Amino acid sequence: MSVLVYTELADGQFKKSSLEAIFYGSKVAAQVGGSMTVLAIGSASDDELAKAGNFGASKVLHANAQNLASENIMAYSKVLSETAKSLSAKVVISAKSSLADAVMARAAGALKAGLVGNVVELPNTTIGFKVKRSIFTGKAFAETSITSDIKFIAIKKNVLPLEETTNSATVEKLSVDTGSLTESSKVLETIKATGAVSLPEADLVVSGGRGMKGPENWQPLLDLAEALGAATACSKPVSDLDWRPHHEHVGQTGVKVAPNLYIACGISGAIQHLAGVNSSKVIVVINKDPEAPFFKAADYGIVGDVFDVLPKLTAAVKAL
Amino acid sequence: MKILVCISSVPDTTSKISFEENDTKFSKGGIQYIIGPYDDYALARGVELRETLGGTLTVLNVGLADAEPQIRKALAIGADDAVRIDAEPTDSFFVASEIANYAKDKGFDLILMGRETTDYNSGVVHGIVGELLGIPSFSPVMELKLEGNTATLAREIEGGKEKLEANLPLVLGCQEPIAEWKIPNMRGIMSARTKPLAVIAPSSDALTSIDKYELPAPKGACKMISAEDAGSLIKLLQTEAKVL
Repeated sequence: MSVLVYTELADGQFKKSSLEAIFYGSKVAAQVGGSMTVLAIGSASDDELAKAGNFGASKVLHANAQNLASENIMAYSKVLSETAKSLSAKVVISAKSSLADAVMARAAGALKAGLVGNVVELPNTTIGFKVKRSIFTGKAFAETSITSDIKFIAIKKNVLPLEETTNSATVEKLSVDTGSLTESSKVLETIKATGAVSLPEADLVVSGGRGMKGPENWQPLLDLAEALGAATACSKPVSDLDWRPHHEHVGQTGVKVAPNLYIACGISGAIQHLAGVNSSKVIVVINKDPEAPFFKAADYGIVGDVFDVLPKLTAAVKAL
Repeated sequence: MKILVCISSVPDTTSKISFEENDTKFSKGGIQYIIGPYDDYALARGVELRETLGGTLTVLNVGLADAEPQIRKALAIGADDAVRIDAEPTDSFFVASEIANYAKDKGFDLILMGRETTDYNSGVVHGIVGELLGIPSFSPVMELKLEGNTATLAREIEGGKEKLEANLPLVLGCQEPIAEWKIPNMRGIMSARTKPLAVIAPSSDALTSIDKYELPAPKGACKMISAEDAGSLIKLLQTEAKVL
């Protein structure tokens, strides 16, 4: 049973979530007694791509045509579905991201494959093919059987602890005719924060709410994030007020994160916010209101003024 | 302009989730259902476009009869007519096939829906619909403008956004701030009662099925640290929680 892992590159490197998908894919391949192939689309060096071997891959197919240089849902999905066809892949795996959702969806559509997202464990393949996935935005799980011949699964962040070896993978160039739909749209402009830690990928997140009192007060939070090497996030009111950009908004209608550590500063913890962060391993809440509902969902809490607490945390991180 | 907006009917975000029949079935008792929050954004933008450009706006739901209050609400907000595919929306591919089967010969210029539903969160129905209809799909879309046959849209990417131009027809998975949620007015609510709502039998099969549900383990107590001694938290995160 052949396994294909769809990966994403950022600045010429595998995203960490994609390395997790490769490692997960290698475990699935071992479980079902098949081989695993990694598909990488976009620009990266062979040396970087060979690193897929560190996480269990023996072969990487690299599609790097001109029209694949920037994110293109129609082209990427065509490359994925054609590759899955030519390899007769029975299981197609990706890490969940908003681009991967869109790409996996079209490829699953083309292959008439059942698709399950937010998978949190290795599949159970003793009878049929069952996966456990997170549903209701982290409030429950569902054991789901995929009954189609080809199975698509998208895994959540931090599903398996990564184990790294020194093995290396062979890299082969791949060329796919991506068809006419690829030409149907044109990118006009890409606006992207540079140098910042990617929020959906981050292991550590420092997040601010209305308790930060205004966009001019963000510096102590940014200082802590920088000291930790963490991504910054915010609550919905903060992004609605334009204190912070929308792509930092974490919650029910924003980004869902699953870091190892989520530090909430001046966020009361409305249920809509918790929906975006409840997959975090450890939650720290700093709030001057001891009755803030967020403390009920937290592992560690500090009742106090964020502007007093944040510099102390930053100093303690720097002293590590 | 011919617009189709697909809506889900989902438990309100504040709902307490529980299961019955030996954890094989979602307990619907006491649950307040709403239009999917992301679908509500898609609907709001669809209504705005329909108001400025004319044409028709059809709202579609794959769901059982208990979704009809949400469909009527969409009609009250401004949809002209509604279709309900009479089936439990248990599987992404199934829901997408139903939407595509309905839409394929009707010449919709735009098919809008939320980026994901807030019950099963897969976020893939728009893409599958686009593929099945052989037209482009984009998600998550946070801005949408139309000029003639050309759409200008902004898609959220990690750490920013990408503006692009594409020709209709399109399938779009929407999110804020594409439009503000709309609240129906009294006139809308009255007129919604008599707007057509067709019920159609499903025509495809699901490719996945849920065997069992499970609730997460209860969260342990929160360990409080005094504000004066805030720095000691960092040591705990390193040595006790082992996340640094």
